[in-house]
Amino acid sequence: MATSAVSLEPAAHTEAHELSFLRKYIFSTDHKIIGIQFLLMSFVFLLFGGLMAMMMRWQLGFPDRPLPAGQLLPETMAPGGILLPEFYNSLVTMHGTIMVFFAIMPLLVGVFGNFLIPLKIGAPDMAFPRLNMASFWVAFSAGILMMAGFFVEGGHAAAGWTAYAPLSADPEWTGVSGGQQIWLLSIAILGLASIMGALNYITTVVNLRAPGMTWFRMPLSIWSLFITAILVLLAIPILSGAAIMLFFDQTIGTHFFDWTDGGQVILWQHLFWYFGHPEVYILILPAMGMVSDIIANGSRKPVFGYHSMVFALISIAFLGWVVWGHHMFQSGMNPTLGMTFMISTMIIAVPSAIKVFNWMGTMWRGNIRFHVPMLHAVGFVAMFVIGGLSGIFMASTPVDIYIHDTYFIVAHIHYVLFGGSLFAIFAAVTYWYPKMFGRMMNSTLGKIHFWLTFLFYNLTFFPMHDLGIAGHMRRIYDPSQYEFLQPLAPLNRFITVSALLLFTVQILFAVNFVMSWFNGKKAPENPWDANGLEWTVPSPPPHGNFAKVPTVYRGPYEYSSPLVEDDFLPQTRKLASDVDPAAAGL
Amino acid sequence: MSWILPPGASTFAGDIDFLYYVILVITGIAFVVVEVGLLVFAIKYRARPGRKAQYIQGSIKAEIIWTAVPAVTLVIIGLMSGGVWNHIKGRNSIPPNAIPYEVHVKQFEWNFTYRGPDGQLGTADDFTLRNQLHIPVNRPVELQLIAEDVIHSFFVPAFRVKQDAVPGMDINVWFEATEVGEYEIACAELCGLGHYRMRARVIVHSAEDYQQWLSDRSAAADEE
Repeated sequence: MATSAVSLEPAAHTEAHELSFLRKYIFSTDHKIIGIQFLLMSFVFLLFGGLMAMMMRWQLGFPDRPLPAGQLLPETMAPGGILLPEFYNSLVTMHGTIMVFFAIMPLLVGVFGNFLIPLKIGAPDMAFPRLNMASFWVAFSAGILMMAGFFVEGGHAAAGWTAYAPLSADPEWTGVSGGQQIWLLSIAILGLASIMGALNYITTVVNLRAPGMTWFRMPLSIWSLFITAILVLLAIPILSGAAIMLFFDQTIGTHFFDWTDGGQVILWQHLFWYFGHPEVYILILPAMGMVSDIIANGSRKPVFGYHSMVFALISIAFLGWVVWGHHMFQSGMNPTLGMTFMISTMIIAVPSAIKVFNWMGTMWRGNIRFHVPMLHAVGFVAMFVIGGLSGIFMASTPVDIYIHDTYFIVAHIHYVLFGGSLFAIFAAVTYWYPKMFGRMMNSTLGKIHFWLTFLFYNLTFFPMHDLGIAGHMRRIYDPSQYEFLQPLAPLNRFITVSALLLFTVQILFAVNFVMSWFNGKKAPENPWDANGLEWTVPSPPPHGNFAKVPTVYRGPYEYSSPLVEDDFLPQTRKLASDVDPAAAGL
Repeated sequence: MSWILPPGASTFAGDIDFLYYVILVITGIAFVVVEVGLLVFAIKYRARPGRKAQYIQGSIKAEIIWTAVPAVTLVIIGLMSGGVWNHIKGRNSIPPNAIPYEVHVKQFEWNFTYRGPDGQLGTADDFTLRNQLHIPVNRPVELQLIAEDVIHSFFVPAFRVKQDAVPGMDINVWFEATEVGEYEIACAELCGLGHYRMRARVIVHSAEDYQQWLSDRSAAADEE
């Protein structure tokens, strides 16, 4: 059995001999350790991405004041502490790149895909543990390579995280050559890691579910990670392919995107957004799934409309492939296509709306426990709504003419990726922290962190809508160049101060995270009175997870069931009326 | 802070601004319903000793309502938008009486080529001005955007006009100014290190002033 890729027998793992430190914590094949590795790596990148945002905000708020501690930066980036425009463009590019590819995506998919899937479906590990380990180390290498781009001659990539050709294709236009090539290589390598991970997740969910864990007994977190893995598997190769084509244009003289020699400039945008829109859902579906778990737990109620939640996820995954053109309404693409993409975009908003109403329905008539994860989860819903609604403005092609490429879109993406994904990540980290590390996080500190983050987050990003409505373009180094933007300088300063405070209060989270690891209260098996399989094993679970294969008798959201006295009913608890899954043909 | 659009000065502003405010009202209602709902539920259904949550798994009726209402609303917004979009950017939307200009765009400048006294573009009496676009009021103009290096985007906030200029593609954009005055042209697509200062002006003249300016300008060009 030990050699079988899809072994269901936990024995093969539990009898394992003592592993060396290196095998146990560094080159580990244990999905839980790999999840934690992804967590630590992504937090470091989150910090880098945040620092880059702070530098940009400083420049926008105080264009002629030297950056505090800016003297530490080399002359090629910020002589005398004043950022150079070319370095600002690198920051624009790298803030987006790092946050999307090396922070949010690994946090959602790398961390929770790894940590949760086997535990929540009752499997001893991933289907391919060694591939899983490889996935982390490949992603890690891509991250190192990406950061190395800052130190090459000519500076880092400066064509935006979307890398539109020909700006990205020819060093003549940006003065950047090595940086852009490193960017492309790193993205292609990271893609390899994502594909390995996605294959593993799909195989694991399909093959390693415990007896009784039918598809419609799976928690929405697992549904969302499963569907996300399918999106990753289909979308990432397109990005990798496009990145390699662009790399060849740069290095060996191909002309895929070179309009002077038979290539097509706009092809890059089609390829990038054909990947890029599914990517948007890769960055939000796992957040939606985990928030569903947490809201049900906090409300002590089943998820309202579980089946329509699953169907909403599936329809988003399908529709996500036919909306990419809404990033390109003003690109010179055939305007008739604009109509098509507008309608498909309007329609994809519907399943998102369904999800929001179902979260509200879950809280309705609940008995809500506002633990820290629940606060972040409700914060997620409140903020995601704003991101969803602001999307409708851009979906309307004529309104988009005006707000495209302005701060309105910057506000929108941050309401989805920060207000949405990152609040969900805070919810998920604080929820599963006890299971990951065997310790409880400090709840008071957690609540203070939530409220301050919620406040400064909104003070930072909500006014960006107003900048956009006033016509403020994004990705500009110095807004004071334009007369019509000069009256906005006070608002820009206000946003900068809020952003600095938002960044600063994250210290509370970092302190809580680190201190609790060493000094937190020992976590019980099931600190949140939750129903999932992961709460039936010790915190942290041993290698191999389950002492014996668990049997599942019901769905994951049987909170406040009339069948039992408690307000929760674990998936594995056998009631007198329950039949053995094998006998029931499950 | 303001959700009011700045004053518009073209024939597009009326339609685009109207759609914007329609969407603002609709999303505003949805925003209030959801946020107030969350707040009320959070307070009303907070855990207290002796309470138990009601075991409710869902409601088909509710699902149908909150699927259908957003779907119908969004499709209506889509259809309303469609007409305006076709009028502004549709393939055959450019009015036949539009005055044509050639715009050669490159890092980091806009070069506007005017047809000379013969009323034809592409003839010897054409002349070109850097970063200055002179147009008459209440008369459609057509810009033929020709990008020479990378992608740029022609943006006049006051006219509610934005259109990428893409190397290798012929892209025409039109508009009709309704107020005499001076307005700023911005580049809206990241185009390199000077992107932030790729600025130009559009000067809207009354019809008579425009003719006067054009003949002065052509005379000056002849002398050069």
